Amino acid sequence: MNQSIDIASIRAQFPVLNEQVNGKPLVYFDNAATTQKPHSVINALQSYYQHDNANIHRSAHTLAARATEHFEATREMLKLFINAKESAECIFTKGVTESINLVAASYGKLVLKPGDEVLLTEMEHHSNLVPWQRICAETGAVLKFIPVESDGSIHLETALACINSKVKIVSMVWVSNALGTINPIQTIIETAHGIGAKVMIDAAQAASHFKIDVQALDCDFMALSSHKLYGPTGLGVLYGKRELLAAMPPYQSGGEMIKEVFLTHSTYNELPYKFEAGTPNIADVIAFKMALKFVSDIGHDSIASHENSLYHYLLNAINHASLKQLKLIGTSSNKIAVQSFEIESLHHFDVGLLLDASGIAVRTGHHCTQPLMRKFGIDGTVRASFAIYNTTDEIDYFIAALQKICHRIK
Amino acid sequence: MKTINEIQDEIVADFSLFEDDMESKLFYLMDLGKKLEPMDSAHQTPEFLIKGCMSKVWVYPIFVDGILHFEVDSNTEITKGLVALLVKIWNNRTPSEILNTDLYFIAQIGMGNMIGSQRSNGFAGMIQQMKLYATAFQSHN
Repeated sequence: MNQSIDIASIRAQFPVLNEQVNGKPLVYFDNAATTQKPHSVINALQSYYQHDNANIHRSAHTLAARATEHFEATREMLKLFINAKESAECIFTKGVTESINLVAASYGKLVLKPGDEVLLTEMEHHSNLVPWQRICAETGAVLKFIPVESDGSIHLETALACINSKVKIVSMVWVSNALGTINPIQTIIETAHGIGAKVMIDAAQAASHFKIDVQALDCDFMALSSHKLYGPTGLGVLYGKRELLAAMPPYQSGGEMIKEVFLTHSTYNELPYKFEAGTPNIADVIAFKMALKFVSDIGHDSIASHENSLYHYLLNAINHASLKQLKLIGTSSNKIAVQSFEIESLHHFDVGLLLDASGIAVRTGHHCTQPLMRKFGIDGTVRASFAIYNTTDEIDYFIAALQKICHRIK
Repeated sequence: MKTINEIQDEIVADFSLFEDDMESKLFYLMDLGKKLEPMDSAHQTPEFLIKGCMSKVWVYPIFVDGILHFEVDSNTEITKGLVALLVKIWNNRTPSEILNTDLYFIAQIGMGNMIGSQRSNGFAGMIQQMKLYATAFQSHN
């Protein structure tokens, strides 16, 4: 276990971890769905509404200036967090889903022609699948998929072989939300660029686990989610290279995204505002800065080290507990601390109910990856996913609960 | 033979023994499922699957001499326990007894809290289908 970080003091920053569920202390293993929020984020939300609430960018008064300053400070912090060249390349959205819809609707419509290919993987979240299905139907482009192997990984050679001259856009998940698999995006980006394709990375699951450097990756677009990164819900980010964003038509229209409006036509604002129509999610953007600070202060290396230790502890514990009815789904060697599984003769939903009775929160279902579940011949899994505040004691308790369940169905 | 409400009262009393111990209640449900008479696998066809259930639940009605009997099974254990509760109450009853039942035990054992809203919808689907069979056989009779 990593000794350099004090997990107890980290846990103390998360008030929800003191909750009791069904009379038991909450064990929160549903972090891939959403992470809990530290005091600093909760306080920032409250402080904004108590002291600074005003609409941003368009007023002379003091509160508006303060709100604008705090809002744009998050964008500056975000630029550093993902190492964008400039903060104008960071656009605030509702979440990863909106970020991908934006790129599909705006960039996709701009470049895709009949017969062009959009390349995804079979493990995409529906949010990185359905928008591309729709834009392909509209433009006559064709969807292609990098296949997923039985361990939940993709073979790099197979993936690279899918990248041919017809491919105009590759859009793929960095880390699978259902399985935890880390995909070899760096080589895929390089190869896609070699044939002139652009690459969008869904970093929803990656961002809280390892350091992101969009310049080093050289990806063209990246989508992130605040709420999976210890920040508020209803907020995401679209990173895009300036030259691409500048060439793209607006996604939504209205206030904020315009430069000049006439009765019959309009001109559009500069980046990033061109893609931020309407009053944005000001309070959550401001509080998101504290989430980025929380992660940066601990450091991605420490987070990854702690989470990897937890994950290996879990795998060891599962092996030693000889849980014969438990079948792991997603067994690639290159994973974040996420484990999907099923228990023989129990519906995943019922395993979730039984664990909840012990105060343990896990995800059950298809995880918005129905095609992937179909590939494995199942309709869902139970998924445990760890974050920085989880402990080996919690894993011991989880294993004991699983043993009890497996014992009862013998 | 006990009345429908006597059986409901017994179920309520059984569950009250567990007080707030949700896990024991769920394990108890699973145990009820295990005690079910085995279902003829030839009757486990799509026609007898309950619609709207996340798991597979089969309910096969047998109507003899004005009395309804249900063969049931499920591919998952808690669901099997749920359908077992209904079998306990409604097996070997007339269609009109089934149709006139006020299933008060559901609220009294706190079923909603115990199994959540998704499973509750599936449970409602089982009740509805068993009542549909009762209606069909009542008019047939």
